[in-house]
Amino acid sequence: MKSVVSYIMAVSTVAIAAVAHAEVGGDATRGEDLYRQCASCHQIGADAVDRVGPQLNGIFDRAAGQSDGFRYSRGMERAAAGGLVWTYDTLDAYIEDPRSLVSNTRMSFRGLEEQQDRDDVLAYLRLFSDNPRDIPESAPTAAAIDHEVAPEILAIVGDPAYGEYLSGECTACHQTSGAASGIPSITHWPSEDFVIAMHAYKDGVRLHPVMQMMAGRLSNEEIAALAAYFKDIE
Amino acid sequence: MKFNRRAFIGTAAAAASTFAAPLLVRADGHAKPRVVIVGGGAGGATAARYIAKDSNGEIDVTLIEPTRTYYTCFFSNLYLGGFRSMESLGHSYGTLAGEYGINVVHDWATGVDRDAKTVATAGGHTIPYDRLILSPGIDFVDGAVAGWDVTSQNAMPHAYKAGSQTELLRAQIEAMPQGGTYAMVAPPNPFRCPPGPYERVSMVAHMLKETNPTAKILIADPKEKFSKQGLFEAGWNDHYAGMIERVGPDFGGDNVEVDPNAMTLSIDGDVTNVDVCNVIPAMKAGKIAEIAGITEGNWAPVNAADLSSKMDENIHVLGDACAQGDMPKSGFSANSQAKVCANAVRGALTGSTVFPARFANTCWSLIDTNDGVKVGASYEATDEKIAKVDGFISEVGESAEVRQATFEESVGWYDGITADMFG
Repeated sequence: MKSVVSYIMAVSTVAIAAVAHAEVGGDATRGEDLYRQCASCHQIGADAVDRVGPQLNGIFDRAAGQSDGFRYSRGMERAAAGGLVWTYDTLDAYIEDPRSLVSNTRMSFRGLEEQQDRDDVLAYLRLFSDNPRDIPESAPTAAAIDHEVAPEILAIVGDPAYGEYLSGECTACHQTSGAASGIPSITHWPSEDFVIAMHAYKDGVRLHPVMQMMAGRLSNEEIAALAAYFKDIE
Repeated sequence: MKFNRRAFIGTAAAAASTFAAPLLVRADGHAKPRVVIVGGGAGGATAARYIAKDSNGEIDVTLIEPTRTYYTCFFSNLYLGGFRSMESLGHSYGTLAGEYGINVVHDWATGVDRDAKTVATAGGHTIPYDRLILSPGIDFVDGAVAGWDVTSQNAMPHAYKAGSQTELLRAQIEAMPQGGTYAMVAPPNPFRCPPGPYERVSMVAHMLKETNPTAKILIADPKEKFSKQGLFEAGWNDHYAGMIERVGPDFGGDNVEVDPNAMTLSIDGDVTNVDVCNVIPAMKAGKIAEIAGITEGNWAPVNAADLSSKMDENIHVLGDACAQGDMPKSGFSANSQAKVCANAVRGALTGSTVFPARFANTCWSLIDTNDGVKVGASYEATDEKIAKVDGFISEVGESAEVRQATFEESVGWYDGITADMFG
């Protein structure tokens, strides 16, 4: 209960502090550029669906934790139960430092320090909230795919039991609870995103040396097994 | 080694059904197989947790660890540098006992009867096992540094087992006179945490730079080369120019004597008065491995596939204490080995599927604020040893952003591995 109370206080403090810049408005075009770093997890636009993170159409004035079917972290569920609503001010606070607003969120994002950057991203997000009728009838504006993986590899059905054993190599760094600071969460990722990300490391498209080494010696079946395990991990 | 998973699983399943019956004979006529684990660090705590978690109550797990609160050796240098509190390095065994049903015994293991398959403790208990996992960490080789023994560790701390020794060392550094000298006697190979002494020098330098900028750091080192040497030396040059002097074996760094009463360090006969002397002696496997009679030289040789002792198939040795091949002695390595061992031990005792061994290690070090570096490798089991497959190391001259991200990653790793160890 204490956490909920302190959370509500935190939100109201933020709200007061944030009124001043809420009127300023940002540059949605620049925001679209900045949104690329969000797009690896959050789709937005026509046909956007939940992936690693929930889709963000209509996020303004939506209660937190309300995208149907998305498995939120316990931290976000707590925040939602405490009455968090996504307004300009709460979104601003959240993308500045996700964990300071919602402790234990799975959103592994370091945050946008600059007020201008946040204003611009929020201006871009607002396009998909204020005028939903204007959302173009095309593919999602921002999709997560940064690497092509052959359909036959994506079609492999992984063995979660084998994935559980292999996951020992992941859990030396990645916490199964989804807690993330410095090392991102990989809990409850959709299998396809997991497989694409691992092949991107394996193929040297994503650059992190530890992940390249880890993914580099995993077979297609092993990657599928890990994806199957982390998708439904308790 | 090339491995076909389908064929492997088939074989394991067949083996399980064929041999299920004989496995029911247990130590002491006990209904469930018993695993006893000695040492609750990165190897032992991880092995206990994984065996308990994955066997769903089919195996009795006992963890013998003398301390109630475990202070991780990894990140204890960051305490010396003022980047972490000692409390943030402490972990209790409450979750392992309460949520995983592990019998946590706070006692010293003092004997192993390999014929009776029992462990004796200082508290007078005799604990039977079907499989014994020793993960006792390190002890120091007697007489390794002339003039130093355990009775002088208050005057000249090693601080190489985290806790009171680390706090003592920090207090001594804080009490150094302006312009004083911190000396380190570095250990010979192989030893726990290869970059550890040099990360420590970085952290001590960081602290002195703020509080005692004219102080000097003197390292006597018996090794010609050391881990991440290029990265550390470039970092020392960038952040702590003129503060650190290292004397290698070419100038007598391997010929050292200390006098804890006079507070002097002699390097090749050249005597220096020092204010702090951090003596890190040569290391050996934790004493219980030697008592069990499974050591050869200073370490316990093990088979790569399951970390079983080469001298007793019912004993496994993890982490710093074992001689396994190419992996460095690190918390990350011990955690990696523990998971392979846990899988093999469960397979042997309950017939569960045994997957092929695979190992990895990454060691992060902090040179100065937001200046983190890392080195790592992957490993596989061969017939002779744990053999390196592939590796990487940070580069000299990386951007500040990369170094900061590396440091932040190390903080995330700390949270990850301690959650993996203690639940």
